Parts: sequence; structure tokens; C-alpha cells
Amino acid sequence: MPVRVQPDPFDAGGELNAFAATVPGAGAVVSFTGIVRDVAGGLSVMEIEHYPGMTEKAITAIADAALARWSLTGAQVIHRYGRLQADEDIMMVLTAAPHRADAFAAAEFLMDYLKSRAPFWKKEVTAQGADWVAAKEDDEAALRRW
Amino acid sequence: MTAQRIDVLYFAWVRERIGLPRERIETAAATVSDLIAELCQREERYAAAFADTKALRVALDQELSEFTAPLAGVREVAFFPPMTGG
Repeated sequence: MPVRVQPDPFDAGGELNAFAATVPGAGAVVSFTGIVRDVAGGLSVMEIEHYPGMTEKAITAIADAALARWSLTGAQVIHRYGRLQADEDIMMVLTAAPHRADAFAAAEFLMDYLKSRAPFWKKEVTAQGADWVAAKEDDEAALRRW
Repeated sequence: MTAQRIDVLYFAWVRERIGLPRERIETAAATVSDLIAELCQREERYAAAFADTKALRVALDQELSEFTAPLAGVREVAFFPPMTGG
């Protein structure tokens, strides 16, 4: 289960095609791309901090849980850190399965868990100052459905 | 418990309030809560960072844990706010 945590941009289309080529037997491939949203007043930069070492372990554990729970032929997670501009791709989740229901469910599960169980912290910097993005109640609630 | 050396890591606004990303400390604290109490005694910036532990999470050797967890044998403790990945 490939997990990549990197500062560099990635090519979402290229990643999707490369992933699809490595999962023979898949009848369904689902991809999700998270993008930096602009904020009121204009985002100067989004700074993403992470916990090297724990990040990779936490994402691998989440992905292993998905592989154990659904019938998947593959899964991949890419997550960036560092300084990002509005409209840049932050992260990508890819899942492959014989049937689409498993691929969709596993992708949503991975997203829900990455949001609040992978050690990343986002800070939004605008002309008015810098603010750490607060975790949402909804994010925690989203985990309970699994 | 005898004193042990532990690497303590801080992330996001916890790091900013305390003013450093990591430090190695020698402590006889038995649990995470004991360690927090010890740090808060040191300086105001620690007390400010740990004022509301409900707003904090802790990881022991890179696994999410609880404030009541024992520290025996732990090499790395990390404090941070709830995560905002994705």
C-alpha cells in the first residue's frame, strides 16, 4: 500500500493513470483529490505541518484497515506538506476494487480518517494574519459511521 | 518510578506557544498528565500551552494515546491540537 508524504506538487491525472495501470483485475478505480480552498480576504499561503514518522505510520494503519475491510485490489495515498497556494492539489486518495461500491466506500473511509487521524495541521495565512484551521465536530462525527 | 530521558515534541500552535519544536527532558513523571503538570511548573509558556488539555491530543512513540497513559519505557511524547489533514 503506497503512502507518499511529500512537499512537492504531484500530477493528479498522471497519478491516476499510473495507479490504474498497477491494479490488474480492478473493475473500478476511484480517485479523490483535495484542493486548497481560497478564503475570504484571499489566502496568501496555506502552511501544512506534519509529524514525520508518525504521519506515514498513521496513514499506513488507516489504509491497512481499509484493505482489511473492503475487497480492494489496491489503494494509494499522497499527501503534501509545506507551503501551498490556493487551488493547488493537497492530497489524493486512490482505491481500486473489482466492484465500484467497495472502491467508493474505501475512498470515503480513507478520507474521513485522514482528516482527523493523520497528524497534519493546516494554517491559513491571509493579509489579516495567520490562523490554525480548527478541527470540526463534523469530522469526528464522520468517523462514527464506520 | 526512576527518571528517564524522553523526547518531547510539539506541533502547530502548541509548538508556537512553547516556542520550540522538540526538547529532551529528564523526568520521573509516571503518566502523561504528570508530565504536563511538571512542564506547567517550569514556565508560563508551558502553562499557556497546556491550559486546556481537552483541546490537545497526545501521541506516545507515534501512536495516539491518552493523558492517563503510563510513560514507563516511552521514548517520544508528542503534544498537538486535533489533526486537520485531508
